[in-house]
Amino acid sequence: MADLLVEFFTWAFGVTLVPWFATLLGIVVGILAIVLPLLIAVAMSVYMDRKVWAGMQMRRGPNVVGPWGLMQSFADGLKLFLKETIIPASANKFIFLLAPALTFILALVGWAVIPFGDGVVLANLNVGILYLFAMSSLGVYGIILSGWASNSRYAFLGALRSSAQMVSYEVSIGFVLVTVLMCAGSLNLSEIVLAQKNAFMGVNGYWFTPLFPMLIVFFISALAETNRPPFDLPEAESEIVAGYQIEYSSMAFALFFLGEYANIILMCAMTSILFLGGWLPPVDWEPLYIIPGWIWFFGKIIFMFFVFAWVKATVPRYRYDQLMRLGWKVFLPLSLLWVVLTGLFLLLTDKIPA
Amino acid sequence: MIYTFCFYLFATVTVFSGIMVISSRNPVHSVLYLILAFFNSAGLFVMLGAEFVAMILVIVYVGAVAVLFIFVVMMLDIDYSEMRKGFQKYLPIGGLIGFLLLAELALVGMGWGLSGGVVTDPATAIPALTEMSNTEALGSLLYTKYVFLFQMAGLILLVAMIGAIVLTHRKRPGVKKQNINKQVMHRRSDAYEIVKVKPGQGI
Repeated sequence: MADLLVEFFTWAFGVTLVPWFATLLGIVVGILAIVLPLLIAVAMSVYMDRKVWAGMQMRRGPNVVGPWGLMQSFADGLKLFLKETIIPASANKFIFLLAPALTFILALVGWAVIPFGDGVVLANLNVGILYLFAMSSLGVYGIILSGWASNSRYAFLGALRSSAQMVSYEVSIGFVLVTVLMCAGSLNLSEIVLAQKNAFMGVNGYWFTPLFPMLIVFFISALAETNRPPFDLPEAESEIVAGYQIEYSSMAFALFFLGEYANIILMCAMTSILFLGGWLPPVDWEPLYIIPGWIWFFGKIIFMFFVFAWVKATVPRYRYDQLMRLGWKVFLPLSLLWVVLTGLFLLLTDKIPA
Repeated sequence: MIYTFCFYLFATVTVFSGIMVISSRNPVHSVLYLILAFFNSAGLFVMLGAEFVAMILVIVYVGAVAVLFIFVVMMLDIDYSEMRKGFQKYLPIGGLIGFLLLAELALVGMGWGLSGGVVTDPATAIPALTEMSNTEALGSLLYTKYVFLFQMAGLILLVAMIGAIVLTHRKRPGVKKQNINKQVMHRRSDAYEIVKVKPGQGI
């Protein structure tokens, strides 16, 4: 990227860039190239979400603003932008405003390590998957801090529920990651994707192997991590009136909303990288490779997002003790057992990746 | 230049937030500064090339341990004047412990500096970063040379965990509990039956 920029500047303006400035500029351009489409994708995913629910409930969904209601999300964004920001008198002002910003930033920084194609990645970290895991586990702070700083009982209850829930489900996500990276033999996301090429019987991706149950565990834990129904207890509107979001208005609320959806898309991207073979086509058949990798990748993300919306439209909310039981007594033993089984299988069949 | 700048940035913020952990009035702010200190230490680890340790620091300490800290601290109802009461009384012993820790740190730092800033007698040769990623290097050391100690550490943690559960777990009599298996296995036919009642006869 930096070399390209140096070349471009000498060609266009006749100036030679200093190396460190070129590197810096390259990074900034890379960030913008990811964040701007991501924000538009977030807006469109809200629209898609609403359309999918509407379809499943035999309604029309948003169809007034713009053609087929496509501009609905932008109209909502504009409305939120023009509203007044209200800060409760007894709130801790700094942390109150820090929390939504934190949620939003953490939802964006995870995208730095997502590979969109072979070598098309902003930061090709050796420990990319750990970085993603770390960033998704930090997401809980936005919610805890907002709940505490609001100085409101409902918000506080939401924060407590959410912190317990997210910490619980991180455990099973961690073990699922371990099974995948034992099979792939790397912590680098690009290498994990490449390891899934022709994983079993010509199908790209681990979903067609005995890792399939882990895909289900990962997906359900991802629902819990992103506070999506049926695990949306932190913001259960019928019990604690939107939980941690209750005191927020205007852009502060919008940041929570955007962060939530950016996180959901990130989780979809993670699922497609870990199990569905990332930018690889679904089956290992030469003509399919003509279609660019990012189209396959985006297709997989959109598919996973559809499943997220599908779950929300059809499944009722869990009770809190059931949620905890599912996390600790079902998923934890199951994923731990799968780690042991995968290790044994790799050892006995001598398939441990070098 | 950027490297030096980053180092001083991370180091300064770490030290500053370390001081703020013990000096800020609000315990929640203390925990937040602690998190900031963890984060900047992770940054320092990354600059040393220890990316695996840095990520694990963030995942374990910031993502799990500090969440529990903040979880507990948020629910505390603290009287600040009460907390400051014994300050004079505890100052000497606190100061002594602080001084001891500082002296030890200074000794370690001086010893390290005098030996030229390198570990002179490492247990095994440290492979270069180009040769082996440091996750692999750590794993090949932990699971071969130190496998016994590593497993021992794991066992000690397990024992501590079971101990904590045993100590705090109590069986209260007379509490109604749900049997999930029973609920799941419950069938419609167990709950009711359809009876055809002829008019004027009753059941």
